Amino acid sequence: MIYEIPRFLAAGDRALLIEFGDAIDPELNRRGRRLQFAIQEAKLPELVETVPTYRSLLVYYEPRQASPAELRAKLEVLAGDTEDERLPEPMVTEVPTVYGGEYGPDLEFVAEHNGLLRDEVIGLHAGKVYLIYMLGFIPGFAYLGGISPRIAAPRLATPRARIPAGSVGIAGNQTGIYPTESPGGWRLIGRTPIELFHPQKEPPALLRMGNYVRFVPIPAEEFRRMKEEVEQGTYRVKETPLVREGESGGI
Amino acid sequence: MEVFEVIQPGFLTTVQDRGRHGYQQYGVPVSGAMDSYALTTANLLVGNGDGAACLEMTVLGPRLRVFGDMVVAVTGADLSPTLNSSPLAMWEAVKVCSGDTISFGHPRKGCRGYLAVAGGIDVPEVMGSRSTYILSRLGGLEGRQLRSGDRLRSGRARAGMPLKKLPPQYIPEYQARNELRVVLGPQDDYFTEKGIHTFLHSEYMISVQADRMGYRLEGPPIEHKAGADIVSDGIPAGAVQVPGDGLPIILLADRQTTGGYVKVATVSTVDLPKLAQAEMGHRVRFLQISQEEAYQLLTEYERTIDALRQYIEQDR
Repeated sequence: MIYEIPRFLAAGDRALLIEFGDAIDPELNRRGRRLQFAIQEAKLPELVETVPTYRSLLVYYEPRQASPAELRAKLEVLAGDTEDERLPEPMVTEVPTVYGGEYGPDLEFVAEHNGLLRDEVIGLHAGKVYLIYMLGFIPGFAYLGGISPRIAAPRLATPRARIPAGSVGIAGNQTGIYPTESPGGWRLIGRTPIELFHPQKEPPALLRMGNYVRFVPIPAEEFRRMKEEVEQGTYRVKETPLVREGESGGI
Repeated sequence: MEVFEVIQPGFLTTVQDRGRHGYQQYGVPVSGAMDSYALTTANLLVGNGDGAACLEMTVLGPRLRVFGDMVVAVTGADLSPTLNSSPLAMWEAVKVCSGDTISFGHPRKGCRGYLAVAGGIDVPEVMGSRSTYILSRLGGLEGRQLRSGDRLRSGRARAGMPLKKLPPQYIPEYQARNELRVVLGPQDDYFTEKGIHTFLHSEYMISVQADRMGYRLEGPPIEHKAGADIVSDGIPAGAVQVPGDGLPIILLADRQTTGGYVKVATVSTVDLPKLAQAEMGHRVRFLQISQEEAYQLLTEYERTIDALRQYIEQDR
């Protein structure tokens, strides 16, 4: 549910938590994004950083600059502003993806598990845009909006020890991209050549909370070509403004 | 300039500063020194600014060869530091010379020692910090713990720093039993009254699963009202998370930025250094204080640091 009034909760002596509700809901998520944006705009001297999630915003502050009560008073004013207009237009980031084969060793499993053909799984996975609810778990990892229930699949019983960076996976009704090589138990259906996390870039993560992701199927040759461009620093990630629902009927 | 060569790296020696702030929204953990008091005092003693990086040494410290003449300070856990086989005084600025050897032996008290060098350990800043986050190979020396043969550099030292000792009342006595002051929340309403009572009136033991990410505790399980899962939210340092088994986990420097278990309370910032120095098998109890009280403690702590800085620099 979405709370009528956001809840201000204690999170120790260096942070305040503002909770907007307790569900996974795009409107709820937008409230967090709105407050994060308002806080950034306000340039509060006590602000250290903010951590937006599905349904809340954790605000870290510098206690030398303000008391929790002082900060809370300011945040309450900022949270009262419910205008969406000033928010930057959400962008859709294209994630070119090779599906199946060595790039997505579990594509067959996901297809069989759901009684579908490979291409039907690809069509369902790449056929929509996914809201980026938050980043977390490992640097650059984006929690995306739900996939079609027709391609949901259970996690591996035994996680893989090494999953290559860029792997696209499914776990339950979630889909995600591994930003760096790591262990993991998601069913891998494909891989993208683009870089999702780079510690020397500012910001270091490609994906942004409140934006959207669209997976675009590419052949393996294209993957190798793009990978070279990424390594040489010449690849340009495609980002387009989100065409709102109704105008496209596609979301 | 080059300051140390690592002869023996010790059990887990990493470069740490006050942490990587501002990047949690991208999923990047804060990291930084586990014992911020020991880090801060070590830096003060050698004349470093707040942001300088030190070596954090865990239980078994390293053996280092010194290049050049410089001022160092060792604080935190007593890991039997020596300078050319003679005891090296802790909690004070010490002059060392080219060719000297600094080593650490038997761990006597506490878990984490800090070695500061005038000018700070100089490794490239990554996202505004020199702290090492091993899991993602970020920061520090190539994102990893130190190895034999590594060479470390320092930044430019401030001239004319007096060699000072920390007055004894500022040197902590690490205990096997600690009381940790906590502010309840953000999800204390997910626990039964009995659960909160258990949490605030029981003794918990630090288990073997205790590292820079967090300490898992053993003791009476804390009762939830209806399950331990929430829709994920952010996790501050010191958050006491209680998963389904009811046993608390205190999340520390290398914690993930977000998580989906309920958090009953947050340990006050000024008590986190006690925890950083507590060992497996040591006991903790939780004492409830208000957010305002925790804030007052923190304000007093900052005043103490200011007073120390003034004392150390007064003859400069």
